[in-house]
Amino acid sequence: MPVREKFEAGLKELQEKLTELGEFSIQALQRSLAALETQNIEMALEIIDDDAKADRLYEEINDFAILLIAKQAPVAIDLRRIIVGIKIATDIERIADFAVNIAKATIRIGNQDLVKPMVHVKRMLEITNEMLRLSLNAYNEEDTRLARKIAEMDDEVDDLNKQAFMELFEISKNKPEYLHQISQLTFVCRYLERAADHTTNIAENIFYLVKGRQYDW
Amino acid sequence: MSTVFVDKVKKAVESNDLDGKVKNSVYKTNQLNLWYGDNHALKNIDLDIIENEVTSIIGPSGCGKSTYIKTLNRMIELVPGVKTSGEINYRGRNIFDKDYGVEELRTKVGMVFQKPNPFPKSIYENVAYGPKIHGIRDKKILNEIVEKSLRGAAIWDEVKDRLNQNAYGLSGGQQQRLCIARCLAIEPDVILMDEPTSALDPISTLKVEELVQELKENYSIIIVTHNMQQAARISDKTAFFLNGEVVEFDVTDKIFSNPKDKRTEDYITGRFG
Repeated sequence: MPVREKFEAGLKELQEKLTELGEFSIQALQRSLAALETQNIEMALEIIDDDAKADRLYEEINDFAILLIAKQAPVAIDLRRIIVGIKIATDIERIADFAVNIAKATIRIGNQDLVKPMVHVKRMLEITNEMLRLSLNAYNEEDTRLARKIAEMDDEVDDLNKQAFMELFEISKNKPEYLHQISQLTFVCRYLERAADHTTNIAENIFYLVKGRQYDW
Repeated sequence: MSTVFVDKVKKAVESNDLDGKVKNSVYKTNQLNLWYGDNHALKNIDLDIIENEVTSIIGPSGCGKSTYIKTLNRMIELVPGVKTSGEINYRGRNIFDKDYGVEELRTKVGMVFQKPNPFPKSIYENVAYGPKIHGIRDKKILNEIVEKSLRGAAIWDEVKDRLNQNAYGLSGGQQQRLCIARCLAIEPDVILMDEPTSALDPISTLKVEELVQELKENYSIIIVTHNMQQAARISDKTAFFLNGEVVEFDVTDKIFSNPKDKRTEDYITGRFG
């Protein structure tokens, strides 16, 4: 029989809100890349507008977590569940901001032909979104094994970012008229690489949640 | 690194004190067992209480925490049918030794109870009572003791103009601090507190908690509390009792942030049962 039913329900609600914010960020990244690939300015503008929802969710999570602490006076792992929830929310909200940054890059590139197909970028997005999904599962399940996997996946994103940068750098030598677009695409790669780093932060925090000690990979 | 320094650090680590000062044990409990008739209430208790620290004892009702604290000043002997084995060494001497006088022990170990229990006398007489019993008659010395004790219990300013009024006229929180003053008047070494704030309002509770923090400079304090936030706020070490056993005894920060034992975690997070 759960003794602190109301508190347990509060923790569950916190998880649900974080999952909602996480799903929103995953979708936002997905859409931002679709807008870039199809050079859909209208869609890019929508992504920028929609970001207010992520900000609202983020504030809601913070208010909810603070009330939970104030009313339930949690200690030990319960306190870590909430504190880590607040920290994760910051990382996820930041990831949603990267979708906005990518949308802005799409607008800046405009309708100039793309210098290359988005192979690296697409792969980076796939991995980053998978990392974010895993990190949400790891938080909900308090699973350090999943958290460890996220850290390993981050290396792959870092490698792809380096490869993409080198490729864009080579193209820039022969096509100086595309320099503006190339710099924007370099930024896009950088945004995805940073988004992956934020999921690694989440994974570190899950280790802290479960073990009660700080980890840094 | 000099060997002296290394030895000092080792000693500090051994005595669980990393701020550089090596502290002594005030109470060392070795394999204490206690029975109420057939009921085995305390089982193989080993606890080392360090001087000038606040040690909290927490645990659900019936876990033996009050029994333990009452054993420390041998008040438990007032309960018929109590039997003990093992040792409690107070400042190196077993309090169960045949030649250990209980009065001698209790002048060193004061106690504050759950409900304030002032005598039906004036505020002054409540505090002067103990010293008078110990033979102090000089009015000037008694006045000094009363003032010092009331100041020590952070109640002097509230009562200095009405020392001759009956203690029953004080509020519950004031009465409890008066009882603490009465305890200080005999200049004890240790103060035992059995749920000292459970009958007090939140402000009086905080006043007593602050007082405990001040008192530990000069006294060693052992406090039984049902209020876990209180244990977390005021104590240096915390012992978690369950079914007459010490499940975990550690630095309070550790107990309330990352306890070792699952049962401790279940209790402090309110998931018992």
